[in-house]
Parts: sequence; C-alpha cells; structure tokens
Amino acid sequence: MELFHNLFFGFGVALTLQNLLYCFIGVFVGTLIGVLPGIGPMATIAMLLPLTYNVPPVAALIMLAGIYYGAQYGGSTTSILVNLPGETSSVVTCIDGYQMARQGRAGAALAIAAIGSFIAGTICTLIVAMFGPPLADMALKFGSPEYFSLMLMGLVAAAVLAQGDMIKSLAMVVLGLLLGVVGSDVDSGVKRFCFDIYELADGIGFVVIAVGVFAVGEIISNLSDPEERTIFTSRVGSLYPTLQDMKQSIAPIIRGTMLGAFFGVLPGTGPSIASFGSYMIEKKVAKDPSRFGHGAIEGVAGPEAANNADAQCKFIPMLTLGIPASGTMALMLGALMIHGITPGPTVMTQKPDLFWGLVASMWIGNLMLVVLNLPLVGLWVSLLKVPYRLLFPAIMVFSAIGIYSANNISFDVYLAALFGVFGIAWRILGCSPVPLLLGFVLGPMMEENLRRALQVSNGDPSVFVTQPISLAFIMVTVLILIVMVLPAVRNRRGDLTG
Amino acid sequence: MKMTFLNKKDFWAGAMLIGFGAAAMFIARGYRFGSALRMGPGFFPTILGGILIAFGVCIMALGLRSGEKIQEKLSLRALVLLPLSLLLFGFLMEKAGFLPALAALVFGSAASGREFKFLEVLLLTAVLTVASAALFIWGLGLPYPLIKGF
Repeated sequence: MELFHNLFFGFGVALTLQNLLYCFIGVFVGTLIGVLPGIGPMATIAMLLPLTYNVPPVAALIMLAGIYYGAQYGGSTTSILVNLPGETSSVVTCIDGYQMARQGRAGAALAIAAIGSFIAGTICTLIVAMFGPPLADMALKFGSPEYFSLMLMGLVAAAVLAQGDMIKSLAMVVLGLLLGVVGSDVDSGVKRFCFDIYELADGIGFVVIAVGVFAVGEIISNLSDPEERTIFTSRVGSLYPTLQDMKQSIAPIIRGTMLGAFFGVLPGTGPSIASFGSYMIEKKVAKDPSRFGHGAIEGVAGPEAANNADAQCKFIPMLTLGIPASGTMALMLGALMIHGITPGPTVMTQKPDLFWGLVASMWIGNLMLVVLNLPLVGLWVSLLKVPYRLLFPAIMVFSAIGIYSANNISFDVYLAALFGVFGIAWRILGCSPVPLLLGFVLGPMMEENLRRALQVSNGDPSVFVTQPISLAFIMVTVLILIVMVLPAVRNRRGDLTG
Repeated sequence: MKMTFLNKKDFWAGAMLIGFGAAAMFIARGYRFGSALRMGPGFFPTILGGILIAFGVCIMALGLRSGEKIQEKLSLRALVLLPLSLLLFGFLMEKAGFLPALAALVFGSAASGREFKFLEVLLLTAVLTVASAALFIWGLGLPYPLIKGF
C-alpha cells in the first residue's frame, strides 16, 4: 500500500532523535502557552519562528506545528480545572468540563479530553495522508489562471467565514495584499513603497508584521483591559475514566472528529467553530439534553475531538496547495518561505521528507501530549499563578530578539513597534488583523500569477472564467459571497460564533 | 449632533482604509502602470488601492447609518511605553550591545504595566537579561556582542 509505505517513511523521518526533540519542545511550549491566558499560539509561533533559521526545515515545521496543536491541549486543561479557557477553542469545554471538575470528576474529564484529542489526531493523521497526495497531484496541473483563482477563493472564504465583520475582513485582506507589494518588483526591479529606505528593498519582513501585530499589539491590548483572575483549583481525582464514561464518549469523539475535519479544510473557520458545532450536535442527539451544562461527559469529548481534528486538517490545504486556511497556517507558510521552500503542490514531490515527516510527527506529538498532560496537570495549573506583569516582559524579550535576529537590522524592530501600534488601532476599529496576514503572505504570489495569466492570454481577463477549473473556483467564490450576504445566514453565523 | 460621527468605530475604520488606499494610489502614480498584457509595477498596487478606497467608503457609509461607538479601553501608558522600549532596544542593539538593549527593553516593558513595583521590576530586569544572554548568546549562539564600545 502506497499510503502505509509513505507513512512508514514519515515515521522514519519523525523518529530521528533531533526531530523527536523538536517535536517535544513544540508540544511542551504549546501546552505551556495553551495554559497561560493572554498569549496564544499565533504570537508564540511568530516569536519563535526566527529562532528556527539554523534548524533544518523539517525540524522547524515539526516544532511550530507542535506548538499549534499543543496549545489546544493546554487550553482544555485550564478550561476543565479552573473554568478558564486558555484558548478560544476551549471555551465550550468549560461548560461541562468545569462542572465535572466541581463534581470531583476532573480526572475523568481531563482523561477524556486527552483521549478524544488523541483519537481525533490519529484519524486526522490518516486523513491528511490519504487526501494530501491526490490534492497535490491535482494542483500540479494548475496554471497561473487556476492559481490566481484558487488564491482568490481561499482569501475570500477565509475573510468571509472568519468571525467578525465581513466587509472589514475583506478590506483587511486587500490591505495585506498591498503591504505584500512593498519592496523590489520581481518583474521590473522597481522599488515600490520603499521611501528610499534601503532596508525595505526586500519587502517588509513576515516576522515583523506577525510579531508586531500579534505579540506587541496583543500585549498592549491585554494591558489596556486587564481581566481579574481568581483561581479555584479543584481536586483532580482519579485519572481513569470509568467504562461507562468511555462508552458514552466514543460516539461523540467520532462525530466531533468528522465535524472538525470538515471545518478544518474550510478556510477561515477556526477550531472554535468546530468545537461549538460539536457541542450543539451532542446536545441535539442526546437522549437527555438537560444533562448538558451539569457535567455531561459528551460535552467534553465531542468538542475536544473536534478542535484537535480541525487544527490538524488545517494542514491539508497549506501543505498541498500552499493556501493558508487560518492565521496560524499563514505563519507556517511564512516559515516554509523563510527556509527557502516555495509553498505549493511541489512540496510533496520535492520535499517528501517534510510532508510525511510532519504528518507522522503530528501523531507522535499527540501521543506525547497524552503522556505529558495527564501526569503533569499539577505543574500546568501552578503556572496559572504566574502574574501577567512578570510574563509580558518575557514575551517582549522573545519578540524583540526574534525580530532582530531575522536580519540583524534594527530597522525591523522599529517597524515592528509601528505595527504594534497599527495592531492595536485595528483591534479598536474592529478590523481583524488575521485576514491581513493571509493577504500579506499570498500577495506577491497572487500578483505574479495574475501577471503571468494575463500574459499568456494576451491581456484578456476573461481567461479566469474560460478555463474550467479556474471558473469553478471563481463560481465558488461568488457563491460564498452571495450566501454570506443573505441576512438569514448571517444571523445563523452569529449564533454559531456566540 | 453634528459631531457624533467622531467616536463612531466604522467611520474611523473607513477613514483608515481610504487613507491607505489613497496613499497607495498616489505613490503608485510614479510607477509604470502598463497594460493588462504587460502589467507594470504600478498595476497591482493601483488596483488594490482603488478596491481599498471602495471598501473604505462602503464601511464608512454603513457605519454612519448604524453607528457603533468605540468602546475598547486603551491604556495610553502601554501604547506609548511598549513601542518606545522596542525602539530603544533596536537603537541600543546597534550602539551599546545586547545587555544594555535587553535591560532597557525589559525595564521599559515592565514600566508599561499598571502595577509598577520598582524593586520587583529591577529584579525581573536582571533575571530576564541574564537568562536571555544565557539562552540566546551561549545557548543558541547568536553573534551579538554583550557590550559594545568599551
């Protein structure tokens, strides 16, 4: 079997000592920041990205991915024990998880969350391995018009399906594309928007924007509106769920995984939508829905499986098509580019160790997380007592060194300070910076494909709707826009995202 | 009545987008636009600038009708001190070396929080500076001089 041959190859890559170590560092750091509120996976990945320059790309990606899905695990731990979601995706876990903890069943809830995530992780490893290669094969046949339309579809879908104001998100995508233009034009060599600053000739650094907006901007925002934290730690109790618990949880875990995998490949939908959706489904199919909110184990098992499945399947479009389905995936694309790898379907054929090693490492990482999380629960909870006033200067240190070490020029640090201020301004104005990052990453590729497509078609823009595959992408894009503009759908979206 | 738009969220969001769009279009006038067949360096930014202005006008118009007010709190202290300590870090990295740059950064960041305990911040500065030197300079081998110019 081709599939098992490939997975076997992947495990060979992921099981080297170096890659195991980076995987461990990734999931450890991920759990850490998942537990700590006020710092999310986006800021962490952005901060640590430059420090992976000297690491081989496979190890770097394995570590960054570990941070991403490790954060989901850490987030659920604090949701259950102290009713404090470390990440937005674990907000629903609070509802029944914390009730279970108050009934003295924290251990069972934690174990089910970990087992659910692990099962979801296992299934999704197989899904990525199965659907990755055919998707990449298909994409290899794409020409410039197809690529342009695909990117357009990805960006529009990501902006429209994400939480927040739809028009503002679309506008932020365009602003991101525009920021991507800064620097020397590859075609003519003209320095665009450089204002005679030579440091800008290579364009604005990806890390500068990511760290500026998501680390510095977030700290300013947290300092502006400090939330009072009071922590009541409940006893963990037995870590072994009963047979009854397992029986009740297995169906929700499978349903949650399927739902999460579906939302995972859709651009723009974060893990929080998958976990909310799973919670609603479990409540609907339950024989006695009134148990929900009072410690129903299905309300922990389903959403936890869903958010982990979502996190993992987000890698499919990123690795096979080079399309980021979320802000974190944009960071992963950025990491690939920094290591000199052109994202897209060629990654799988030219860098098979990267693709299969990463896929296999996700399964290993999930296993590590189960082992890491359950016995160390006490340690993670005690971390919550670290006050934010000691934490954020440390985040600033990592951010500043991260930015500076990218190119060893101070200008990047100055620019990041500016983007920190922009970041807080955008937040206040209700303009999400995530679509901006997606646009920024895809901007140069989009311009290049547009230019080539129009050259091949003799300047005829109808090429995007006469090529069948490109037409399909354009039609989906238009369809998404029409559906989202319908007021009925918009109202339902409000329900989903709370 | 007539000044009510001044604290409306979408008015400013629209204005911000129009500003960026207009600036892009204005600057891009200096780059050759070309044609669809041969896109010049000005082609893409000019079109993006135009789209941005259109979105901005749209958001501003919708916002003036519905009118959600700006409610987010903003700590001016953090807004000024945090970017400032980054600027100082960048400047000192070039002029004075790793240790002074980091010390300034940690001290400046800590000062931008609302609870400022002098002794604690001093201790935090010392600990974080030494720990980062150990991690980044000796651990990861980043090639920065600890102190310059002596």
